[in-house]
Amino acid sequence: MSDQIKDLNPAKECRAMGKSIKRREDARFVQGRGTYVDDIELPKMLHMAIVHSPYAHALIKGIDTAEALKVPGVKAIITAKDLAGFNLDWIPTLAGDKQMVLATDRVMYQYQEVAAVFAETRAQAVDAAQLVEVDYEPLEVVADPFKAREDKVILRTDREKKTNHIFNWNVGDREATDKALAEAEVRVKQKAYYPRVHASPLEPCAIVADMNTATGRLTLYLTSQAPHAHRTVVSLVTGIPESNIRIVSPDIGGGFGNKVPVYPGYVCAAAGTIVLGVPVKWVATRTESMTTDSFARDFHMEAEIGATKEGKVTALKVTTVADHGAFDAAADPSKYPAGLFSICTGSYDFPTAFTEVDAYYTNKTPGGVAYRCSFRVTEASYMIERAMDTAARELNMDPAEFRFKNFIQKEQFPYNSPLGWTYDSGDYETTFKVALEKVGYEELRKEQAEKRAKGEIMGIGISTFTEIVGAGPSKDFDILGIKMFDGAEIRIHPTGSVIVRAGTKSQGQGHETTWAQIVAEELGLDVDKILVEEGDTDTAPYGLGTYASRSTPTAGGALALGARRIREKAKRIAAHLLEVSADDIEWEDYKFQIKGVPSKSVTTQDCAFAAYTNPAPGDEPGLETTYYYDPPNLTFPHGAYICVVDIDKSTGEVKVRRFVAIDDCGTIINPMIVEGQVHGGLAEGFAMAFMQEIVYDEEGNHLNTNYTDYLIPTAYEVPKFETGNTVTPSPHHPIGAKGVGESPTVGSPAAYVNAVIDALSPYGVSEIDMPISREKVFSKLRAAGVEAF
Amino acid sequence: MFPASFDFYRAHSAEEAVSLLGEHGADSRILAGGQSLIPAMRYRLAQPTVLVDINQMQAANYITEENGELRIGATVRDSDLEFSDLIRTNYQLMSDVSDVVADPIVRFRGTLIGSLCHNDPSGDWPAAMLAARAKMIIQNKDGKRVVNADEFIVDSFTTAVEEGEMAVETIWPTPSKNTGASYQKIERKVGDYATAAAAVQLELNEDGTVKEAGIGITAVSYVALRVAEGEALLRGQKVTRNLIKAVAAEASKMADPIADGRGSAEYKKEVVGVLVAKGIMQSLERLGRKVEA
Repeated sequence: MSDQIKDLNPAKECRAMGKSIKRREDARFVQGRGTYVDDIELPKMLHMAIVHSPYAHALIKGIDTAEALKVPGVKAIITAKDLAGFNLDWIPTLAGDKQMVLATDRVMYQYQEVAAVFAETRAQAVDAAQLVEVDYEPLEVVADPFKAREDKVILRTDREKKTNHIFNWNVGDREATDKALAEAEVRVKQKAYYPRVHASPLEPCAIVADMNTATGRLTLYLTSQAPHAHRTVVSLVTGIPESNIRIVSPDIGGGFGNKVPVYPGYVCAAAGTIVLGVPVKWVATRTESMTTDSFARDFHMEAEIGATKEGKVTALKVTTVADHGAFDAAADPSKYPAGLFSICTGSYDFPTAFTEVDAYYTNKTPGGVAYRCSFRVTEASYMIERAMDTAARELNMDPAEFRFKNFIQKEQFPYNSPLGWTYDSGDYETTFKVALEKVGYEELRKEQAEKRAKGEIMGIGISTFTEIVGAGPSKDFDILGIKMFDGAEIRIHPTGSVIVRAGTKSQGQGHETTWAQIVAEELGLDVDKILVEEGDTDTAPYGLGTYASRSTPTAGGALALGARRIREKAKRIAAHLLEVSADDIEWEDYKFQIKGVPSKSVTTQDCAFAAYTNPAPGDEPGLETTYYYDPPNLTFPHGAYICVVDIDKSTGEVKVRRFVAIDDCGTIINPMIVEGQVHGGLAEGFAMAFMQEIVYDEEGNHLNTNYTDYLIPTAYEVPKFETGNTVTPSPHHPIGAKGVGESPTVGSPAAYVNAVIDALSPYGVSEIDMPISREKVFSKLRAAGVEAF
Repeated sequence: MFPASFDFYRAHSAEEAVSLLGEHGADSRILAGGQSLIPAMRYRLAQPTVLVDINQMQAANYITEENGELRIGATVRDSDLEFSDLIRTNYQLMSDVSDVVADPIVRFRGTLIGSLCHNDPSGDWPAAMLAARAKMIIQNKDGKRVVNADEFIVDSFTTAVEEGEMAVETIWPTPSKNTGASYQKIERKVGDYATAAAAVQLELNEDGTVKEAGIGITAVSYVALRVAEGEALLRGQKVTRNLIKAVAAEASKMADPIADGRGSAEYKKEVVGVLVAKGIMQSLERLGRKVEA
């Protein structure tokens, strides 16, 4: 165990850590006193509306703006031709591809941005946008990645390579895996489609762009999960010096990965303010959000497990066809075009494994964001947990027993996976046992047997997942070349209150509370006297932002180590105040004391006052630091989820009776916030399992563009959750924390789906894809000859 | 999105409303709860140039029961029905429906008469109106007329209410003590339109045979449908499992749904029969009776 961990002694009463302190940001949110981008009003501000394509694939023969320009209040309308003058008609994507800002000579997906209208009011801009006449010549549409794979219609005519294939990414030992599978006593194949879904933050993407033509400064108030990364991108794309760009990410109404990319609307608004010299506001409508924001998932997967007759796994192979849409705008670290999908061996000790992903262009909205997910971990976890259940069924083994047989054992950590990761820590058996006990697994299986005898339908689904989060170590992780460290700045004022700034950006995660708890714990200060500020690139230290459960693993580490650095200086001040040598000072019970003499002590607050009024001789005055933390490894949170469902034979309705979720995210900073995160993610997992899928028809028409047709669960639909934790601290993280925001979204879909399949297995059902509608269940029951009434 | 621009009038009486509607013709619309109209305007699917707001029309806010009839005015909200003891006690079908229309927020604004006049092919109230044999009173500048449910429902989003007219009152016969009813709806989530739904109202004779049956189904055709053949099968009969199957089959036969995000046509057609069957069974249960062998 490292020295860093020894600092946090779980046996002693903590000052701030591990306490369910109420979220300090909530008062302003529940009172309507937050400031979101749409709340920002600037003098002379114009409003922007976007003209979208009704076609998924078409040539643009002409754009007539004459009638639209006649609408009162309209100041300008721009098209790709105007942007080309600024070299802004195409922009680079995070995946190293490029994408159109406004459609050039063609549109590549339905609802693609074609023109932007600037007017004095939002209503005028919308009125005028409807009058922009675009002459389209429809082209053949390829809306299916398997059709795209045939390369009969090449979608990206701008690229040198005339193919719809974007990349093949693979890892592991293909030959050894094939050999092990060929030799396996039992081979089980499982297909699974992870549908295209939308992160659906309540607040849509928005920007207020303000170019001050006198100072040359460009200020962007932006719904950004990564303000510094966006500042760098804006500078690289526009040529404006980074010092002349300020990005302010104010209160954000949910991100979930959706607010990581740079969207055409942002670029148009920025172009608008640069050209017109007045501020420009754009707030996406819900339809724009649904149709043009980056999608998530859309992975067609197939797994094959090899095992012995006794139920010991011997090999895993997972192959995937990924639909990336019209441009490769997936948001992944540069070296990982399929993200961290190679976590697909999960919690199980596979001696050998191989996985590959082939990605294709289609006439659909671009994307591939990590929706509440650390880069394709959600897909990977779903695949392995589904396949493990299928293998257990094939082996005629209880799925719980099968998992126990194959877990990576506690003693094996740090564990080197066959696909190249070094799992930092875990205790899968313990967590799973806690979950099984809480749910009453044995009794449930008995009840199920009794119900089955009566023709009633009940199922139990398990998911014992492992995540990989906290990107990440600079040796492997960068986005556009920028290493994925994160920064924190701590300034202690003379009277002992503090301002903390970080390169991360909360969108609801509760950083204003948890960051303060970390610093309070390390320095023995009151949480209430620590102000946390994020999101303004002029003041916050550089960092890569908040997504992929990375904030606590990265910025959380920076905060703890920064605070410890301050403690070192404070110790010298304490020595000065107590008139002893620094070597005679110890940090005990949140105070600096003369070794073994508790009565002779000073607090950090005392030291802070002295830092400004009576500095230690030879020391700089002041008490502050900036710390950039480059984590040595990723963290590997895990969990055990168990879902119990009852199915109504007549309509196919699935009722989730119980859902037990035991998470292990290492050290817990604030149990209430962890519980809240878990509830939120389980609800989103439920939504994906039972309700959500972005649907396109063959012509590339997007069929669910609003919340009537794309379903967001409410309190009525979401089941009751029973949550709990085990704690296996990360051995390398300064406070042992691993990150939790995404575990429930990653882990829960498989539990829901496995429960339904378990319920239907007596009727010969072994496959059902998300979202599990009543119709899918109804049809399977009718096909099996089960009478409705 | 923003609606296209429109003029706004507030009417304080039915006469005033009818006069404004007459003056502004086909492009004018009544604004009651606005739960369907306003979203349609925001998407610019509807672009009325004049809105006649009746929300301040105090005299239209009544639920009264007299002479074996329930009379409901034009500004009565779904939530008024949902929380009415009278409805809960005496009008099982209406009570069932008022629990499941859209979601609680919509029910606090949306009106019964507004929903009937909107006549969405997936609406809940038109099916209930058919099953309950309700009527509508329509007013124009020359006076009032009464229209039966069968005549009121004309086509998708079209009713017997003509240009310059306003539906001012709906009348629902008070069910006898021997009447059981049930509304069976499946929806993807609260607030969604029905995937399919069935309204059933059964009045029994003392011997347990059916005196009168009302069955309405919704979301399975261009309008809500009355399953007249099924009603006829039930009349005068004891309710057996085979009879329920036959009635359900009539409902499925009539249904002519479109495929959409809620399900395939085949599924909706089949499941609406299941819902009719469940409706019949629950109606009987509520009368303390069981399906005959």
